[in-house]
Amino acid sequence: MFTPRVRLPRTATAGEEIEVRTLINHPMITGVSGPDPRDMLARFEATMNGETVFACDFANGSAANPTIIFYVRAAAPGAFTFTWTHEDGRQFQTEGTVDIS
Amino acid sequence: MQRRHFLASTAGAACLALVPFAAGAEQAGIDALPDDVAEARAAILDGRVPQEGGIEIDAPSLAENGAQVPVTLRVDSPMTAADHVIAIHILATRNPAPGIGHFHLTPHLTRAEVFTRLRLAEEQSFLVLAELSDGRVRQAAARVMVTQGGCRT
Repeated sequence: MFTPRVRLPRTATAGEEIEVRTLINHPMITGVSGPDPRDMLARFEATMNGETVFACDFANGSAANPTIIFYVRAAAPGAFTFTWTHEDGRQFQTEGTVDIS
Repeated sequence: MQRRHFLASTAGAACLALVPFAAGAEQAGIDALPDDVAEARAAILDGRVPQEGGIEIDAPSLAENGAQVPVTLRVDSPMTAADHVIAIHILATRNPAPGIGHFHLTPHLTRAEVFTRLRLAEEQSFLVLAELSDGRVRQAAARVMVTQGGCRT
């Protein structure tokens, strides 16, 4: 449950475009029309070398198992963190590294 | 004949059709926005008048499953420190709540392009608003027919 999955290229040259594919298993229950209580992620944030490069605030129209794909300009050393924050404050995090040549 | 029609429409849904949006927002049915959508849009615009165009929306014209509608948004931008997209907002016009997702972009991105999946309760248009670093806002809309509504949760 709530397993984050991220796909990054293994290597890149500095300045090159890299595709970042992210997914987290989460039902994203709004509580609007079903019997289940609300259970939603609030935010996704990606950092590269400590700096935020991309973020997303989820809302009721965000589909279950949120998938986001975006494109980053690779910079050394290529250390990424990906954090999903639940509305109740819990955080789910994964990391990834792209070897920059 | 009915079956043929069904097959044709599902085949169309299988591949992502490029929805023409340049014809304008009113064609996509955003002239008469429900109050909550108009409010959400006004909160983003903050008094600014959006320009039509400059946003490409890749979305299926017909979605079998409203709970998972794949969409690619592409805003025309060089994504430099001086000229980039700072945010892309997606608003539903006929969902129980208008918010779909709010993306925050930086010049670390090579292009202002995002793939995500939407939840659409019924056939409707969704609005895309892109905020640029110079303060301008762009707007586009696309219409998706939904076979099965996505609001079970």
